[in-house]
Amino acid sequence: MTGFDALLERSSAGFTHAASVAGLVDVSVAELDTPLGRLLLAATDQGLVRVAFDTEQRDDVLDQLATSISPRVVEDARQLDGVRTALDAYFAHARSLAGIQVDLRLVRGPFRQLVLAELRRIPTGVVHTYAELAAAAGRPNAVRAAGSGCATNPVPIIVPCHRVVRTGGALGGYVGGIERKAWLLEHERVASLDG
Amino acid sequence: MNDAMPTAPPPFQAFFERERVAVLRLLVGMVGPQEAEDCFQEAFLRALRSWPPADAGERLGGWMLTIAHRVAIDRLRQHASVPLEVAAEPTAPPTPELAPDELWEAVRRLPPKQRGAVVLRLVLDQSHAQVAATLDCSEEAARRSYADGLAAIRRQVGDGTLEVTR
Repeated sequence: MTGFDALLERSSAGFTHAASVAGLVDVSVAELDTPLGRLLLAATDQGLVRVAFDTEQRDDVLDQLATSISPRVVEDARQLDGVRTALDAYFAHARSLAGIQVDLRLVRGPFRQLVLAELRRIPTGVVHTYAELAAAAGRPNAVRAAGSGCATNPVPIIVPCHRVVRTGGALGGYVGGIERKAWLLEHERVASLDG
Repeated sequence: MNDAMPTAPPPFQAFFERERVAVLRLLVGMVGPQEAEDCFQEAFLRALRSWPPADAGERLGGWMLTIAHRVAIDRLRQHASVPLEVAAEPTAPPTPELAPDELWEAVRRLPPKQRGAVVLRLVLDQSHAQVAATLDCSEEAARRSYADGLAAIRRQVGDGTLEVTR
Protein backbone atom coordinates (compact mmCIF):
# COMPACT_ATOMS: atom_id res chain seq x y z
CA MET A 1 0.00 0.00 0.00
CA THR A 2 1.40 3.38 -0.92
CA GLY A 3 1.45 6.34 1.44
CA PHE A 4 -1.43 7.87 -0.48
CA ASP A 5 -3.59 4.73 -0.27
CA ALA A 6 -2.95 4.43 3.47
CA LEU A 7 -3.89 8.08 3.92
CA LEU A 8 -7.03 7.52 1.86
CA GLU A 9 -8.07 4.56 4.01
CA ARG A 10 -7.38 6.40 7.25
CA SER A 11 -9.20 9.53 6.09
CA SER A 12 -12.19 7.53 4.84
CA ALA A 13 -12.55 5.63 8.11
CA GLY A 14 -12.28 8.91 10.00
CA PHE A 15 -15.02 10.46 7.93
CA THR A 16 -17.52 7.58 8.10
CA HIS A 17 -17.12 7.33 11.86
CA ALA A 18 -17.47 11.09 12.34
CA ALA A 19 -20.59 11.05 10.14
CA SER A 20 -22.23 8.38 12.30
CA VAL A 21 -21.28 10.15 15.53
CA ALA A 22 -22.70 13.43 14.18
CA GLY A 23 -26.02 11.66 13.46
CA LEU A 24 -25.82 12.43 9.73
CA VAL A 25 -26.28 8.83 8.59
CA ASP A 26 -29.77 7.40 8.02
CA VAL A 27 -28.66 4.03 6.67
CA SER A 28 -25.40 2.34 7.73
CA VAL A 29 -24.06 -0.45 5.58
CA ALA A 30 -21.37 -3.06 6.14
CA GLU A 31 -20.15 -6.23 4.52
CA LEU A 32 -19.56 -9.63 6.06
CA ASP A 33 -17.85 -12.68 4.56
CA THR A 34 -19.75 -15.89 5.31
CA PRO A 35 -19.87 -19.50 4.09
CA LEU A 36 -22.70 -18.31 1.83
CA GLY A 37 -20.56 -15.60 0.25
CA ARG A 38 -20.31 -11.92 1.04
CA LEU A 39 -23.39 -10.38 2.65
CA LEU A 40 -24.29 -6.71 2.41
CA LEU A 41 -25.96 -5.56 5.63
CA ALA A 42 -27.90 -2.32 6.10
CA ALA A 43 -29.36 -0.85 9.28
CA THR A 44 -31.37 2.19 10.33
CA ASP A 45 -31.68 3.46 13.90
CA GLN A 46 -34.66 1.08 14.17
CA GLY A 47 -32.71 -2.07 13.35
CA LEU A 48 -31.43 -4.26 10.56
CA VAL A 49 -33.35 -3.27 7.44
CA ARG A 50 -31.73 -5.20 4.61
CA VAL A 51 -29.54 -8.24 4.00
CA ALA A 52 -28.38 -8.89 0.45
CA PHE A 53 -26.57 -11.93 -0.90
CA ASP A 54 -23.88 -11.35 -3.51
CA THR A 55 -26.39 -12.46 -6.15
CA GLU A 56 -27.45 -8.81 -6.04
CA GLN A 57 -25.21 -5.98 -7.29
CA ARG A 58 -23.94 -3.79 -4.45
CA ASP A 59 -24.72 -0.59 -6.42
CA ASP A 60 -28.29 -1.73 -7.01
CA VAL A 61 -28.84 -2.40 -3.31
CA LEU A 62 -27.37 1.00 -2.35
CA ASP A 63 -29.63 2.67 -4.94
CA GLN A 64 -32.64 0.85 -3.55
CA LEU A 65 -31.81 1.96 0.01
CA ALA A 66 -31.33 5.57 -1.15
CA THR A 67 -34.63 5.60 -3.01
CA SER A 68 -36.80 3.77 -0.50
CA ILE A 69 -35.32 5.01 2.81
CA SER A 70 -32.85 7.92 2.53
CA PRO A 71 -29.93 8.92 0.29
CA ARG A 72 -27.76 9.37 3.40
CA VAL A 73 -26.32 5.88 3.06
CA VAL A 74 -22.79 5.47 4.47
CA GLU A 75 -20.63 2.39 4.92
CA ASP A 76 -19.48 2.08 8.53
CA ALA A 77 -18.84 -1.44 9.75
CA ARG A 78 -18.74 -0.31 13.38
CA GLN A 79 -22.44 0.54 13.29
CA LEU A 80 -23.16 -3.11 12.47
CA ASP A 81 -20.68 -4.76 14.85
CA GLY A 82 -23.43 -6.41 16.92
CA VAL A 83 -25.15 -7.90 13.88
CA ARG A 84 -21.85 -9.06 12.40
CA THR A 85 -20.83 -10.76 15.63
CA ALA A 86 -24.22 -12.50 15.93
CA LEU A 87 -24.02 -13.69 12.32
CA ASP A 88 -20.48 -15.00 12.85
CA ALA A 89 -21.77 -17.03 15.82
CA TYR A 90 -24.70 -18.23 13.75
CA PHE A 91 -22.51 -19.45 10.91
CA ALA A 92 -20.05 -21.09 13.33
CA HIS A 93 -22.46 -22.70 15.81
CA ALA A 94 -26.01 -21.97 14.54
CA ARG A 95 -26.50 -19.58 17.48
CA SER A 96 -29.94 -17.95 17.53
CA LEU A 97 -30.39 -14.69 15.67
CA ALA A 98 -33.57 -13.82 17.59
CA GLY A 99 -31.77 -11.04 19.48
CA ILE A 100 -31.18 -8.95 16.37
CA GLN A 101 -33.63 -6.08 16.09
CA VAL A 102 -35.11 -5.75 12.60
CA ASP A 103 -36.69 -2.80 10.82
CA LEU A 104 -39.39 -4.10 8.46
CA ARG A 105 -40.14 -0.81 6.70
CA LEU A 106 -39.19 -2.29 3.32
CA VAL A 107 -41.94 -4.89 3.64
CA ARG A 108 -44.99 -3.89 1.60
CA GLY A 109 -48.43 -4.45 3.05
CA PRO A 110 -49.84 -5.47 6.43
CA PHE A 111 -50.19 -9.16 5.57
CA ARG A 112 -46.52 -9.48 4.59
CA GLN A 113 -45.60 -7.73 7.83
CA LEU A 114 -47.59 -10.37 9.71
CA VAL A 115 -45.95 -13.15 7.71
CA LEU A 116 -42.46 -11.92 8.59
CA ALA A 117 -43.41 -11.53 12.26
CA GLU A 118 -44.59 -15.17 12.25
CA LEU A 119 -41.39 -16.29 10.54
CA ARG A 120 -39.32 -14.93 13.41
CA ARG A 121 -41.21 -17.26 15.78
CA ILE A 122 -40.04 -20.41 13.99
CA PRO A 123 -37.16 -21.76 16.08
CA THR A 124 -33.84 -22.98 14.73
CA GLY A 125 -34.05 -26.56 13.43
CA VAL A 126 -37.84 -26.44 12.87
CA VAL A 127 -39.41 -26.34 9.39
CA HIS A 128 -42.93 -25.17 8.54
CA THR A 129 -44.96 -25.31 5.32
CA TYR A 130 -46.26 -22.27 3.44
CA ALA A 131 -49.80 -23.41 4.37
CA GLU A 132 -48.89 -23.44 8.07
CA LEU A 133 -47.30 -20.02 7.73
CA ALA A 134 -50.42 -18.59 6.04
CA ALA A 135 -52.59 -20.01 8.82
CA ALA A 136 -50.31 -18.67 11.54
CA ALA A 137 -50.51 -15.20 9.96
CA GLY A 138 -54.32 -15.43 10.14
CA ARG A 139 -55.23 -16.19 6.52
CA PRO A 140 -55.15 -19.96 5.92
CA ASN A 141 -56.21 -19.53 2.27
CA ALA A 142 -53.47 -17.01 1.46
CA VAL A 143 -50.77 -19.62 0.86
CA ARG A 144 -49.46 -17.88 -2.27
CA ALA A 145 -49.38 -14.51 -0.51
CA ALA A 146 -47.43 -16.10 2.35
CA GLY A 147 -45.02 -17.50 -0.25
CA SER A 148 -44.52 -14.10 -1.86
CA GLY A 149 -43.96 -12.63 1.61
CA CYS A 150 -41.05 -15.07 1.97
CA ALA A 151 -39.80 -14.40 -1.57
CA THR A 152 -39.61 -10.65 -0.94
CA ASN A 153 -38.15 -10.88 2.58
CA PRO A 154 -35.67 -7.97 2.79
CA VAL A 155 -33.88 -9.48 5.81
CA PRO A 156 -33.19 -13.14 4.90
CA ILE A 157 -31.34 -15.41 7.38
CA ILE A 158 -32.30 -13.16 10.33
CA VAL A 159 -35.99 -13.41 9.42
CA PRO A 160 -35.78 -17.14 8.66
CA CYS A 161 -37.88 -17.55 5.53
CA HIS A 162 -35.59 -20.48 4.68
CA ARG A 163 -37.45 -22.50 7.36
CA VAL A 164 -40.57 -22.66 5.21
CA VAL A 165 -40.95 -25.40 2.58
CA ARG A 166 -43.70 -26.78 0.36
CA THR A 167 -46.30 -29.21 1.63
CA GLY A 168 -44.80 -32.58 0.77
CA GLY A 169 -41.26 -31.50 1.60
CA ALA A 170 -39.97 -29.84 -1.61
CA LEU A 171 -37.76 -26.88 -0.66
CA GLY A 172 -39.57 -24.22 -2.70
CA GLY A 173 -37.78 -21.03 -3.73
CA TYR A 174 -35.33 -18.76 -1.91
CA VAL A 175 -34.17 -15.16 -2.32
CA GLY A 176 -30.55 -16.30 -2.29
CA GLY A 177 -31.06 -19.36 -4.50
CA ILE A 178 -32.10 -22.90 -3.58
CA GLU A 179 -28.53 -24.04 -2.72
CA ARG A 180 -28.28 -21.47 0.04
CA LYS A 181 -31.65 -22.53 1.44
CA ALA A 182 -30.51 -26.15 1.53
CA TRP A 183 -27.24 -25.13 3.19
CA LEU A 184 -29.01 -23.13 5.92
CA LEU A 185 -31.50 -25.91 6.70
CA GLU A 186 -28.74 -28.54 6.87
CA HIS A 187 -26.58 -26.25 9.04
CA GLU A 188 -29.47 -25.77 11.49
CA ARG A 189 -30.53 -29.43 11.41
CA VAL A 190 -27.04 -30.65 12.32
CA ALA A 191 -26.69 -28.02 15.04
CA SER A 192 -30.04 -28.88 16.63
CA LEU A 193 -29.06 -32.58 16.71
CA ASP A 194 -25.83 -31.65 18.49
CA GLY A 195 -27.66 -29.34 20.86
CA MET B 1 -38.37 5.99 -18.40
CA ASN B 2 -40.21 9.29 -18.64
CA ASP B 3 -37.86 12.27 -19.13
CA ALA B 4 -39.90 14.38 -16.75
CA MET B 5 -39.34 11.95 -13.88
CA PRO B 6 -36.95 13.37 -11.33
CA THR B 7 -33.78 11.29 -11.00
CA ALA B 8 -33.61 9.43 -7.71
CA PRO B 9 -31.12 10.89 -5.23
CA PRO B 10 -27.94 8.79 -5.37
CA PRO B 11 -26.72 7.02 -2.23
CA PHE B 12 -24.04 9.10 -0.52
CA GLN B 13 -21.76 6.07 -0.24
CA ALA B 14 -21.55 5.65 -4.03
CA PHE B 15 -20.80 9.37 -4.44
CA PHE B 16 -18.17 9.20 -1.67
CA GLU B 17 -16.41 6.25 -3.30
CA ARG B 18 -16.39 8.02 -6.65
CA GLU B 19 -15.06 11.38 -5.41
CA ARG B 20 -12.79 10.56 -2.50
CA VAL B 21 -9.54 10.05 -4.46
CA ALA B 22 -9.87 13.38 -6.28
CA VAL B 23 -10.75 15.16 -3.03
CA LEU B 24 -7.75 13.75 -1.17
CA ARG B 25 -5.41 14.59 -4.06
CA LEU B 26 -6.65 18.17 -4.08
CA LEU B 27 -6.25 18.45 -0.32
CA VAL B 28 -2.80 16.88 -0.19
CA GLY B 29 -1.74 19.31 -2.88
CA MET B 30 -3.21 22.29 -1.10
CA VAL B 31 -2.55 21.70 2.60
CA GLY B 32 -0.11 18.76 2.71
CA PRO B 33 -0.72 15.20 3.90
CA GLN B 34 -0.79 16.05 7.62
CA GLU B 35 -3.69 18.48 7.37
CA ALA B 36 -5.37 16.68 4.48
CA GLU B 37 -6.89 13.97 6.69
CA ASP B 38 -8.77 16.51 8.83
CA CYS B 39 -9.83 18.56 5.82
CA PHE B 40 -11.05 15.43 4.02
CA GLN B 41 -13.29 14.58 6.96
CA GLU B 42 -14.59 18.12 7.23
CA ALA B 43 -15.28 18.40 3.49
CA PHE B 44 -17.31 15.20 3.26
CA LEU B 45 -19.20 16.05 6.47
CA ARG B 46 -20.21 19.35 4.88
CA ALA B 47 -21.31 17.50 1.75
CA LEU B 48 -23.31 14.93 3.73
CA ARG B 49 -25.04 17.70 5.72
CA SER B 50 -26.52 19.10 2.52
CA TRP B 51 -26.99 15.74 0.76
CA PRO B 52 -28.58 15.42 -1.72
CA PRO B 53 -27.67 18.86 -3.14
CA ALA B 54 -30.67 20.61 -4.65
CA ASP B 55 -29.04 22.15 -7.70
CA ALA B 56 -25.66 20.47 -8.33
CA GLY B 57 -27.24 18.47 -11.16
CA GLU B 58 -24.70 16.58 -13.21
CA ARG B 59 -21.81 18.50 -11.70
CA LEU B 60 -21.70 16.51 -8.45
CA GLY B 61 -17.93 16.01 -8.80
CA GLY B 62 -17.37 19.72 -9.30
CA TRP B 63 -19.67 20.51 -6.37
CA MET B 64 -17.58 18.27 -4.12
CA LEU B 65 -14.26 19.77 -5.23
CA THR B 66 -15.63 23.25 -4.59
CA ILE B 67 -16.48 22.23 -1.03
CA ALA B 68 -13.07 20.61 -0.51
CA HIS B 69 -11.32 23.67 -1.92
CA ARG B 70 -13.23 25.94 0.47
CA VAL B 71 -12.28 23.76 3.42
CA ALA B 72 -8.63 23.93 2.34
CA ILE B 73 -8.79 27.73 1.99
CA ASP B 74 -10.33 28.01 5.46
CA ARG B 75 -7.53 25.89 6.83
CA LEU B 76 -4.88 27.97 5.11
CA ARG B 77 -6.40 31.15 6.54
CA GLN B 78 -6.24 29.69 10.04
CA HIS B 79 -2.56 29.07 9.44
CA ALA B 80 -2.00 32.39 7.71
CA SER B 81 0.45 33.67 10.31
CA VAL B 82 2.32 30.37 10.56
CA PRO B 83 3.57 28.74 7.36
CA LEU B 84 2.30 25.17 6.98
CA GLU B 85 4.76 22.66 8.19
CA VAL B 86 6.15 20.48 5.47
CA ALA B 87 5.67 16.84 6.39
CA ALA B 88 8.58 15.23 8.19
CA GLU B 89 7.64 11.83 6.83
CA PRO B 90 7.99 11.36 3.07
CA THR B 91 5.24 13.30 1.37
CA ALA B 92 2.55 11.10 -0.12
CA PRO B 93 2.75 12.21 -3.73
CA PRO B 94 -0.66 12.76 -5.28
CA THR B 95 0.67 11.52 -8.60
CA PRO B 96 3.89 9.66 -9.25
CA GLU B 97 5.01 11.99 -12.01
CA LEU B 98 4.87 14.91 -9.61
CA ALA B 99 6.73 13.13 -6.87
CA PRO B 100 9.66 15.45 -6.06
CA ASP B 101 9.14 16.84 -2.59
CA GLU B 102 10.79 20.14 -3.46
CA LEU B 103 8.10 20.67 -6.08
CA TRP B 104 5.36 20.18 -3.50
CA GLU B 105 7.07 22.47 -1.08
CA ALA B 106 7.08 25.09 -3.82
CA VAL B 107 3.38 24.48 -4.52
CA ARG B 108 2.55 24.97 -0.86
CA ARG B 109 4.39 28.27 -0.77
CA LEU B 110 2.02 29.67 -3.39
CA PRO B 111 -0.81 31.98 -2.35
CA PRO B 112 -4.05 29.97 -1.93
CA LYS B 113 -5.71 30.91 -5.20
CA GLN B 114 -2.65 30.09 -7.32
CA ARG B 115 -2.15 26.92 -5.32
CA GLY B 116 -5.72 25.79 -5.98
CA ALA B 117 -5.42 26.47 -9.69
CA VAL B 118 -2.09 24.65 -10.00
CA VAL B 119 -3.26 21.58 -8.05
CA LEU B 120 -6.56 21.34 -9.93
CA ARG B 121 -4.77 21.61 -13.28
CA LEU B 122 -1.75 19.42 -12.63
CA VAL B 123 -3.08 16.83 -10.19
CA LEU B 124 -6.72 16.53 -11.21
CA ASP B 125 -6.20 17.41 -14.86
CA GLN B 126 -9.02 19.95 -14.86
CA SER B 127 -9.62 22.38 -17.74
CA HIS B 128 -9.41 26.12 -17.10
CA ALA B 129 -13.22 26.22 -17.23
CA GLN B 130 -13.48 23.50 -14.55
CA VAL B 131 -10.88 25.27 -12.41
CA ALA B 132 -12.89 28.48 -12.73
CA ALA B 133 -16.05 26.68 -11.61
CA THR B 134 -14.32 25.05 -8.65
CA LEU B 135 -12.63 28.27 -7.53
CA ASP B 136 -15.78 30.28 -8.28
CA CYS B 137 -13.96 32.84 -10.45
CA SER B 138 -13.84 33.78 -14.13
CA GLU B 139 -12.02 31.54 -16.57
CA GLU B 140 -9.63 34.36 -17.27
CA ALA B 141 -8.81 34.68 -13.57
CA ALA B 142 -8.31 30.91 -13.34
CA ARG B 143 -5.89 31.02 -16.28
CA ARG B 144 -3.97 33.86 -14.71
CA SER B 145 -3.76 32.16 -11.28
CA TYR B 146 -2.46 29.02 -12.92
CA ALA B 147 0.10 30.86 -15.07
CA ASP B 148 1.31 32.99 -12.14
CA GLY B 149 1.54 29.94 -9.89
CA LEU B 150 3.48 28.00 -12.46
CA ALA B 151 5.87 30.89 -13.00
CA ALA B 152 6.48 31.18 -9.27
CA ILE B 153 7.21 27.46 -8.99
CA ARG B 154 9.62 27.65 -11.92
CA ARG B 155 11.52 30.44 -10.21
CA GLN B 156 11.89 28.28 -7.12
CA VAL B 157 12.72 24.84 -8.46
CA GLY B 158 14.13 25.64 -11.89
CA ASP B 159 12.73 24.69 -15.24
CA GLY B 160 14.07 21.15 -15.30
CA THR B 161 11.83 19.75 -12.57
CA LEU B 162 8.61 21.02 -13.98
CA GLU B 163 7.88 20.05 -17.53
CA VAL B 164 4.45 21.33 -18.26
CA THR B 165 3.38 21.97 -21.79
CA ARG B 166 -0.10 23.26 -21.16
